Amino acid sequence: MTAVTADVVVIGGGLHGCSAALNMARRGLSVVVIEKDFVGRHASSANAGGVRTLGRDPREITLSLASLDLWHQIESIVGSDCGFQASGQLRLAETPEALARLQRRVDMLTSQGFDHEEIIGADEVYDILPGLRPGCVGGLICRRDGSANPLATMQAYRAVVLAAGVDLHEGIAATGATRSGGTWTVTTSAGAFEAPVIVNCAGAWADRVAAWIGDMVPVTAVAPCAMITSRMPPSLGPVVSTESRPLSLKQFENGTVLISGSLRGVADRNTNVAAIKLAPFAARAATVLELFPAMQGAQAVRFWAGIEAATPDGSPIIGPSAAAEGAFHAFGFNGHGFELGPGCGAVIAELVTTGSTNMPIAGLEVDRFEADPGVADGARRDPIEQGVDHAAST
Amino acid sequence: MSGETIDLAVVGAGPAGMAAAATAADLGLDVRLLDEQPWPGGQIHRGVDRLAGPKTTDDPDRAAGRALLHALRQSKADYRPRTCVWHVGPGDDGVFELGLRCDGAVALLRARHVLLATGSVERAMPIPGWTLPGVMTAGAAQSMLKASGLCPEGPIVMAGSGPLLYLCADQLAAVGADIRALLDTTPRGRYFRALRDLPAALRAPAVLRRGLGLLRAPARRGIPVHRHVEAVEAVGDLGVTGVRWRRGGRWDQTDCDHLLLHQGVQPHINLPRLAGCAMEWDDVQHCWKPETDDWGRSTVPGCWVAGDGAGIAGGEAASDFGRLAALGVAADLGALTREEAGRRATSHNRALAPLLAVRPFLDNLYRPDRAFMLPADGTLACRCEEMTAGDIRKAVADGCHAIEAVKQYTRCGMGACQGRMCGSTVPEVIADARGVPVSAVGTYSQRTPVKPLPLTELAKLDTVLNPPSTETAA
Amino acid sequence: MSQESLDIRFRRAVRRATGEVTVEVDGRPIAVGEEDTAAAAILLAGALPNRLSAVSGSPRAPYCMMGACFECLAEIDGVPLQQACLVQVADGMRIRTAKGSPT
Repeated sequence: MTAVTADVVVIGGGLHGCSAALNMARRGLSVVVIEKDFVGRHASSANAGGVRTLGRDPREITLSLASLDLWHQIESIVGSDCGFQASGQLRLAETPEALARLQRRVDMLTSQGFDHEEIIGADEVYDILPGLRPGCVGGLICRRDGSANPLATMQAYRAVVLAAGVDLHEGIAATGATRSGGTWTVTTSAGAFEAPVIVNCAGAWADRVAAWIGDMVPVTAVAPCAMITSRMPPSLGPVVSTESRPLSLKQFENGTVLISGSLRGVADRNTNVAAIKLAPFAARAATVLELFPAMQGAQAVRFWAGIEAATPDGSPIIGPSAAAEGAFHAFGFNGHGFELGPGCGAVIAELVTTGSTNMPIAGLEVDRFEADPGVADGARRDPIEQGVDHAAST
Repeated sequence: MSGETIDLAVVGAGPAGMAAAATAADLGLDVRLLDEQPWPGGQIHRGVDRLAGPKTTDDPDRAAGRALLHALRQSKADYRPRTCVWHVGPGDDGVFELGLRCDGAVALLRARHVLLATGSVERAMPIPGWTLPGVMTAGAAQSMLKASGLCPEGPIVMAGSGPLLYLCADQLAAVGADIRALLDTTPRGRYFRALRDLPAALRAPAVLRRGLGLLRAPARRGIPVHRHVEAVEAVGDLGVTGVRWRRGGRWDQTDCDHLLLHQGVQPHINLPRLAGCAMEWDDVQHCWKPETDDWGRSTVPGCWVAGDGAGIAGGEAASDFGRLAALGVAADLGALTREEAGRRATSHNRALAPLLAVRPFLDNLYRPDRAFMLPADGTLACRCEEMTAGDIRKAVADGCHAIEAVKQYTRCGMGACQGRMCGSTVPEVIADARGVPVSAVGTYSQRTPVKPLPLTELAKLDTVLNPPSTETAA
Repeated sequence: MSQESLDIRFRRAVRRATGEVTVEVDGRPIAVGEEDTAAAAILLAGALPNRLSAVSGSPRAPYCMMGACFECLAEIDGVPLQQACLVQVADGMRIRTAKGSPT
């Protein structure tokens, strides 16, 4: 069987694979995307849809702000508004101590030249969230943040990728990749694909692809979870999290409310199965009812547990391979990669076509864990991340 | 964590569940029988515990139901009505964890084995206007009659195919219902084709005799029967005011206040799917069912499926399947030897043989006609999210081939009913649009909770798991 | 032709030997059998549509009567979105349909 040839083979048809493919195709490259299930099967399409720069690790901030600019013009990029609403992201401070922690974060950001996160007082918090129970003392807000509809987003990306001429193969799995004479050969369950460049956007399975390339990455599969409620009267407020306990809450346009926040199940990437644990769902429900009494009438309609890649330091791997020429990575988003999708795809395309990027992605290198074995046993990320886990998949 | 671990949780107090619970309890197992209805019996024996129930319904199953109930009451099985099982999954140390709700309270139950006896649901019959008030399933009207002695007031039209349609017509007519027409959608030629299965079916003469009696019943009751009806539409605005139908290419119509639809039943598989049981396509019955062995063992160790939920065989067979599963569980738990289980199984298998022999005849005869499985573009397929067959066809044309992709694209199956209403139609439309067999499309995955769970009750589970006295985990 | 109002209901066809209780359906008292369900009370009262669909607001009524379809949703004794076909009536029970608002 003769191999299909292209300029680039992308492994993984999630948001990051599609975004990279779209940007590369628009730069004139011929692109193949190989997706083992269907576009957006896992964390991409059934995540919580948070478009959040709030609370990001400093290494991700510039990229996330650039990506946020793209979200604000997403319709011109993918031909659909993807349900994006710049309704803001708000982290509540329920106690003076929590507010002080948020203030320290803002001071840290200011010292690095960032001003996108803003402390607001209790008055403004209650203007924004009239249904919030009394007692909160303030909050941290990113006004240009918001949320999008992951399903609509993946539909739009799928359509626009095809329209851009990308050769999309769904339902076939990559089984290996080797490089010879400057050409990568990607073997799959349905024949081989050849290209000088491969891009690894394989999500929870990306460490296996990285290993074919020669990069060893201590990625673990995690099962971020979320639940969605019955339709509630619309409030169209911001995405809400709290500083002192895990919670993320957001209402979609159709009235359904998505509840998440450090919900973790048990992932098995060999069987594609992610099992939920009931206890954290119950705890989040209790938190939501305590904060928002109007949610008393809501029903939990669906719990999800998806499969997503986590890295030891909680930040993604974005950039060229450390082991081989013509290979690039964008994976390990730890459940908060949705917002980065448009921006990260543009960066990958820039790297592939020009060999470099002006975007600061230092600290996100694929080989950063080799030097520091201590990190691999699970050093946790910045505590401010705890409340805002956004990925979950069906 | 919470409480002790029981031997066996049986879900569903229909004939399979009642028989299984009684059998397993008599073998010394610690059994809990969980059912969301206020009363035992399932659908077929609905109202069986109430001596004051409507006597006019000529229902030969009634005696069987009373016997099952008697055995259950005599046993040590712990029967819990009004209890919805909203979660089944792997718990710690290899036992199952079940999420329950009852009277506004939630609880977790740990069980070494789970038997899912969730019976069947009526297959959707998605015709234009099928969401209008006044349109309901024939089984729904039968339930109202059996359990409460209620009957639709005013003119009624019944449409569809299968024995239950005729049984229901007969039972309603017996209490004076005004049935204006029975529109039989069984296609021309089906009877002839089913004849090849008749010799086997003759092993169950009682079943055939009863069926034949039912087919003659409408004439006896003076109900006009229109055979080989090709299309049916409910007419109305706020509610149904009439029915149009096509027969031999000609449209006809009549006014009515009620339209009762039925085109067979299929396994109610939401819980088996949630539990992770592998499913297989039954081409004769035209439905998905959990893969089970002769004892009702599913592909998930410790999880069993019995009764119509494991494949349609009817209420009489369900009780024997339930007993077989109970024997299997008891043998696995060491409550009786394999030899003894095998010996006891013989009589149940002997009772089952004729009941299963008659199935191919009935299933081939009453397999729903494609015309009523493939609605027109403008007709709703998913009642909850209000997606039409055209919306599904558009999703397929836009490149969604897998059922999960269509679900994500259209929200079909994401509403309150969790695919119970559209689960037969959506795969059918996808398969037709793609030109592949339905079996190639698969079936919806199922998420917890298997039924919507009030947030207030879910939050109470937090108190169950983390009593206030202990430190709450961050 | 558009309908002004709806009068679709069930009637008691078989006399019950068991007792009667009185429930309220949308504020109107109605006598029902003590072993009836709340959905039966709605059908006896002809309180249809008992809900409007969530997406388009179209009228809906009890459909399967066995807990599968979620069309019989009603507020029962203050608890919203109950499957009325699974709830046994009790004397004084207040059943409120959601005629006016999508559920």
